[in-house]
Amino acid sequence: MRDEKQIEGAKNPMEDFLRMDRIPHIWCPGCGIGTVVTSFAEAIQKSNINLDKLVVVSGIGCTGRVAGYIKLDSFHTTHGRAVPFATGLKIANPELTVVVFSGDGDICGIGGNHLIHAARRNIDITVICVNNFNYAMTGGQVAPTTPEGANVSTAPYGNYEYPFNLPYLVEASGACYVARWTALHLRRVTKSIQEAIKKRGFSFIEVITPCVTLYARRNRLGEGLDLLKYYYDNSDIQHGANTKDLDIKYQGKLIVGKFVDIEKPTFLDSMNKHFTKVLSDKYEPYVKEVKNG
Amino acid sequence: MKTDPKGVLTGSHYMDGDFAIAEGGLAAGCRFFGGYPITPSTETAERFSERIPKVGGIFIQMEDELGAMASLIGAVWGGRKAMTVTSGPGFSLIMENLGLAAMMEIPVVVANVQRGGPSTGLPTLPGQQDMMQARWGSHGDYEIIALSPDSPQECFDLTIEAFNLSEIYRVPTLLMTDECIGHMHEKVIIPPAEEIEVVERKWYKGPKDKYMPYKPDKDGIPFMVKAGDGYRFHTTGLTHDYRGYPEINAEWQDQNVRHLVDKINNNADKIIKIEEDKTDNAEVVVISYGITSRVAIKAVQEARRNGVKVGNIRLITVWPFPEKRIRELADKIKAFVVPEINYGQIVLEVERCAAGKAPVIKVSHLGGGVHNPDDILRLIMEAAK
Repeated sequence: MRDEKQIEGAKNPMEDFLRMDRIPHIWCPGCGIGTVVTSFAEAIQKSNINLDKLVVVSGIGCTGRVAGYIKLDSFHTTHGRAVPFATGLKIANPELTVVVFSGDGDICGIGGNHLIHAARRNIDITVICVNNFNYAMTGGQVAPTTPEGANVSTAPYGNYEYPFNLPYLVEASGACYVARWTALHLRRVTKSIQEAIKKRGFSFIEVITPCVTLYARRNRLGEGLDLLKYYYDNSDIQHGANTKDLDIKYQGKLIVGKFVDIEKPTFLDSMNKHFTKVLSDKYEPYVKEVKNG
Repeated sequence: MKTDPKGVLTGSHYMDGDFAIAEGGLAAGCRFFGGYPITPSTETAERFSERIPKVGGIFIQMEDELGAMASLIGAVWGGRKAMTVTSGPGFSLIMENLGLAAMMEIPVVVANVQRGGPSTGLPTLPGQQDMMQARWGSHGDYEIIALSPDSPQECFDLTIEAFNLSEIYRVPTLLMTDECIGHMHEKVIIPPAEEIEVVERKWYKGPKDKYMPYKPDKDGIPFMVKAGDGYRFHTTGLTHDYRGYPEINAEWQDQNVRHLVDKINNNADKIIKIEEDKTDNAEVVVISYGITSRVAIKAVQEARRNGVKVGNIRLITVWPFPEKRIRELADKIKAFVVPEINYGQIVLEVERCAAGKAPVIKVSHLGGGVHNPDDILRLIMEAAK
């Protein structure tokens, strides 16, 4: 807590959801991660769920620090391993609502294999993937999401690799819920997080956010506001769009929206049903999956 | 406390070491197994997948060992006892999150059915080449506990012991066996559940807002909670304070590392188990572990028949290392002989403890088989001269 005199009775509306004893946070001015955290806090406030049973798991990187600021049971794990950590946590204790909050490099670079397998198994977790198009914590290196032609510190002559189209990847892997927004779409992000948390099954939300200090500076894209303006001018909400068509070109159109929202049995649903069928009374049922809220 | 009888397959069985590890885990109350198949450890995973649905646990075959180890740490925070089994290349991948388990002080068990290496090496043949990796294979300073069984029966017994030690010290504990023991079929006696002592997790019971996941208790070991019980705690792989909040400075780094290392080393006397035979008045002492101890005994017996006073030590606990006992013996004997299936790993520890007071002779087999007892005998005889 800082020393400044507080207005009596005044309370930051985020206070109940943040570890105020760890504020100020480490994120740069103009960064979009805090915006997504605000949406998350608002979403869980509106979701009316038991916060004791809601947990956040992060990996490593700028967004990886989210777990450290959220006042819930929160786990700051290893680079890329937030999803398998969350898998273990969720299936070990199915009454938990598990949210993975991490960055693009963490989730789909070093952790890409875990992402597709958690989606394939339909583990009932929500993944919020903050995509700032580069590895920011280490100084702005090329990422699996860096658009072709963008300049980043390990692609100093411009990136010539194809980036991932994340919604396409996770839908193909089996996700039940897939959405993409930008940090400009605060209310939409909030609503998507609410829906994703409620969703039984693997849900995935990509949020494109400005990295002003590195990605934008290197590419001379301006300040945070300029990037929000870019999102404003170029975002196109297309709910239900074919995820195949969601490639992101350098400073190109951003197709956003909710693309996938289906129902299917989760990993634990399938396991319980299968063992009950094949083992009948020899099956010692595992703790039943219950939905929070 | 007594273990949950559901997981205990009481009776006299004929089974291999890999199966016995699974039965030991289940008897210890392990109800979460996350793993990845790898020879020669796969039978443990298979056994778990068959048995665990019938005892109220969960088996998940993860996409790799990185994910497997991460899933175990998640499962432990979810309140379960958890383990995995692996070998060679898989052990290398386990190392990533074994470091996180050490840092987060996670009670968890990893069995390594060792094969020859490096790299893919000898998938189907034995080695003891991961003994040093077991100790410090993940980056940074930390200590773990490692046990080495010499029979399927001990695979069962020591897996339970590994769980108990991991809970007492909040530390990842390794069961370092090898392909020979893993695939060896022998009699394994599983006692009734009421005869199996297991250690319950050190649950915190104080006020919720006062919980600090890394504040050492009087015995030096912090309390644990599980996720979802309203503590709103934080834990991280970063250097941290008692609350688990990141502290990126030399002071907390000093506290963290000392704590992780000292909690094991200061309790070494309580942890360490070794088997000694005729070490009093011995001229030569043979030190071995795992399958090699079963070969070495043949050489020891032969040397005794030839009139040499040979003592025999079998390391049941390999880490922490029984340095005190080795130091004592170094003052009294002519030499140590250390056979192992590697090019010299534990022998270095013996040498360090002997500190020049007694020569230390290594007998290396580089993997793919076990020693010829004659090779060990020859060096015992030379040492006795």
